[in-house]
Amino acid sequence: MLLSLMIFVPLLGMVVVLLLPRESEELIKRVTLLFTFIPLILAVYLFITYDRSTAASQYIANITWIEKFNINYHVGIDGLSVTLMLLTALLGPICVIASWRNIEKGIKAYMALFLMLETGMLGFFAAMDLFLFYVFFELTLLPMYFLIGVWGGPRREYAAIKFFLYTLFGSVLMLVAMIAVYLASGDPGARTFDIPTLIALASTEGHALNSLNFQIWVFLGFFIGFAVKVPIFPFHTWLPDAHVEAPTAISVILAGVLLKMGTYGLVRINMAMFPLGLDRFTNGSDFWGYSLALLGFINIVYGSFCALAQTDFKKLVAYSSIGHMGFVILGLAARNDTGVSGAILQMFNHGVISAMLFLLVGVLYDRAHHREINRFGGIGSKMPIYTGITTLAFMASLGLPGLSGFVGEALSLLGAFAKYKTLTILSTIGIVVGAAYFLWTLQRVFLGKLNPDYEDIPEINKREILTLVPLGILTILLGVFPHIIIDMFSVSVTELTNSLTEAIGTFQANL
Amino acid sequence: MDFKNNIESILYFTPEILLIIFAASVIILDLFVKNKDSHKVAYLSLVGLVCTLVATLYISSYIADSSLSLFWGMIRLDKFAIFFKILLVLATSATILFSLRSEEIDVGLKGEYYALLLAVTLGMFLMASSTNLLMIFISLETVSLTSYILAGFLTHSPRSSEAAFKYITYGAVASGTMLFGLSLLFGMTGTGNLAEISQQLPEVLAAGEITGLGLLIAITFILAGIGYKIASVPFHMWSPDVYEGAPIPITAFLSVASKAAGFALFLRFFYTGFQAEGILQSVDWSLLLAVVSALTMTIGNLAALPQQNVKRLLAYSSISHGGYLLMGGVLLTPEGLGAILFYLVVYLFMNLGAFFVVVLVANESGSEMIESYRGLSTRAPLVAAAMLIFLFSLTGIPPFAGFFGKWLLFTAVIGKGMYWLALIGLLNSVVSLYYYARIIKAMYFESSDEEESFSFNKSTFALLSVFVIPTIFIGILNILYNYSDKITLQ
Repeated sequence: MLLSLMIFVPLLGMVVVLLLPRESEELIKRVTLLFTFIPLILAVYLFITYDRSTAASQYIANITWIEKFNINYHVGIDGLSVTLMLLTALLGPICVIASWRNIEKGIKAYMALFLMLETGMLGFFAAMDLFLFYVFFELTLLPMYFLIGVWGGPRREYAAIKFFLYTLFGSVLMLVAMIAVYLASGDPGARTFDIPTLIALASTEGHALNSLNFQIWVFLGFFIGFAVKVPIFPFHTWLPDAHVEAPTAISVILAGVLLKMGTYGLVRINMAMFPLGLDRFTNGSDFWGYSLALLGFINIVYGSFCALAQTDFKKLVAYSSIGHMGFVILGLAARNDTGVSGAILQMFNHGVISAMLFLLVGVLYDRAHHREINRFGGIGSKMPIYTGITTLAFMASLGLPGLSGFVGEALSLLGAFAKYKTLTILSTIGIVVGAAYFLWTLQRVFLGKLNPDYEDIPEINKREILTLVPLGILTILLGVFPHIIIDMFSVSVTELTNSLTEAIGTFQANL
Repeated sequence: MDFKNNIESILYFTPEILLIIFAASVIILDLFVKNKDSHKVAYLSLVGLVCTLVATLYISSYIADSSLSLFWGMIRLDKFAIFFKILLVLATSATILFSLRSEEIDVGLKGEYYALLLAVTLGMFLMASSTNLLMIFISLETVSLTSYILAGFLTHSPRSSEAAFKYITYGAVASGTMLFGLSLLFGMTGTGNLAEISQQLPEVLAAGEITGLGLLIAITFILAGIGYKIASVPFHMWSPDVYEGAPIPITAFLSVASKAAGFALFLRFFYTGFQAEGILQSVDWSLLLAVVSALTMTIGNLAALPQQNVKRLLAYSSISHGGYLLMGGVLLTPEGLGAILFYLVVYLFMNLGAFFVVVLVANESGSEMIESYRGLSTRAPLVAAAMLIFLFSLTGIPPFAGFFGKWLLFTAVIGKGMYWLALIGLLNSVVSLYYYARIIKAMYFESSDEEESFSFNKSTFALLSVFVIPTIFIGILNILYNYSDKITLQ
């Protein structure tokens, strides 16, 4: 009930916003803020009351939906879901505040779509039924398409349709795999979309789902669907376009939450449900056994080098996102406790840090109306507070110990080192390059001689500070006490890795 | 076989008889009403359709779960036929309501127009229930001949005349080919009754009197006729031109009702005539159907990509939807049948809805091109939102009904291991997004030179919501799934 309330409150907010008159813009914004604030309060309540000592899903609601196909409205949370729901609920109100002044036209439609997007994201993280999971996954596409396409920059139409086509391409492959899993789950009448049941069946010896060949194919189907979303090389090309064109708040949601939907799916479906398929791509015995880790490595190094080459501030942050998501993939490929914990922590931290970075880029863009790094210079002397916060975000993102970005990356690398020594060592290149592009940007934008064009550039205002401060506090807090978040999911992760080892072990013993 | 004789059958034939009576009454009434009151003719035909619907529902409750063979086995009355009759009445009623709002139709000829619409509905009723080769051909011809006239109804428009001419040329060839196929089939089995054909075929095949190849040739010829009706590749060439030239309500009608009737015929023909053991094994025609289905959706979608005329774009899109539907029929499974029926209902609402928006925009702007949709989101926000829902549903994006329909079709196909076909179908959905999104882009991302907003009256919105509400809720609500499951064909 609590979860359903959290998921559908934004949708209710959408209806309310649609009923308000178009002219009362202030009211629309306040109502939206209220309806994104309720999930945040509920998320804090979940954070406090969530039972950290068990991996079983909690706050379950299970109602029959389409009886004929055994489709249920089944929601519940475990450590992984609750972490990401917390992140989503946190970024919701921040994005609304960030959109307060920057959205000039159609504020009503913008806020309505944003609320719909939030329902899609929250529902996705809570869904425990594969069909429901897919419906929520797709539900985020529509609002995102319009939010980029209507309120975006000059090439918004191209970016919006590219985003939509790429994601839809991935999700249709996922749909084929999903139907295949459903049909293989039992005889007609006994088939199911229930994720926990499917996970159990896939590890049951002799069941149709527990076949190596089958699992490899459905693993690939789901993997491509999620890889587009993460995005994993070579499916990443939509991301820089979408980010550059999207309005600030939408970039924040895109980097902060939507990318995590991909990695969340990888853990929830690919790792938990298809242990044999996962083993094929992460056993480290031949090329295919290295493939997942290799993709993580490519993301890290390729993303970082691309970021180094950018002169557009936002594009730089977008490419750095690709690099940082690589650490998540690498950590997951390690499939041990440390690696997976690091990956999940990195998902949360990257959500917070990239949200900060995109907000900061937005602040500068609102003042200068361009994002060319080389056309700035010496801004630091005019905007000291802004420069301070940016430095914090940069340091967190490049992985300075003591700030949150370091912990997730370090754990991911530590986990991966146990399995893929060479690749992990090579991946650290990404961290060095990361430091390079962030420091170089810092130097070009904020230090040096002041560009006379920006003599009287105004300092960051209170509203903007309000959006950044909670995130800034989190980066410092989680840098020092990462266990606040790790405790949420550590039992779930142990359970996951144990059942993985067991399923793979049983299968190999029977070979 | 328990056949009803001609006298006994008449009672069960009431809906069809009502259609004939009202078609005649429409022509007679038209003689007495003035031109400015010509909408009265439309209302009379609507009354006729409502009476037909009531009669159909009454008979449906009367026969309950049984099924009857009427007129010595010429037509069959079962749940399947009743399902299609309801669907067709809905489609025709919608067409009449569109025509009332459309400014295209010549006022002077309204009597003929509505009478022909009722006549074509009669033909489609028969298509959905024919179980005899002769009756199949007659019903098909009734539909075709009346459709030719309706397509050419805009007497002042050369495009419309061209459409009628192309339609009749293709139609004549297709029905000739089909007739040849039917005669081959008759020659092989010595009977015109589908149920008897189904019994005879395995015997003559086993006895070596005919070869699988011969049967395949007969089926291919017959498929030419059916393929022409459902606009499947390679018999689809007529449809873009006809759809573009015909009045918009007729285009909507042809793309939904005509296609549904074609599928009714297709399903009954194959599910009744070719289900028996020994036929499927001797002829590998399910692969033939699968290839036709894959080609139909791919060619339809690729051809839709560059279109600038929304009517023509929707014509190609409806070709590709014929391909999706055909996918469900490839393996003659009950799941496939249920999926096709479900999708037809969904398709009825979303496609008719999209065409209704085309009617509205054409009335206001006088154009069917994508440019005239620019800025529709500010000029007519509700109409634009409705169009958006129809287009996303046609693409197959949840939570709209089109997604659930496609999902059923793909489940039926994957259930029989035809992954390649499902994959082609799904990739086609991605392609289709691109051209549907062009209309959405025009409506939402671009602005019009003209600022003045469109004005529509309340009844327009009421009619629009008749299509929008089912398009949103058919999939989400758990009603139709159980109904479409109960319809079977023996």
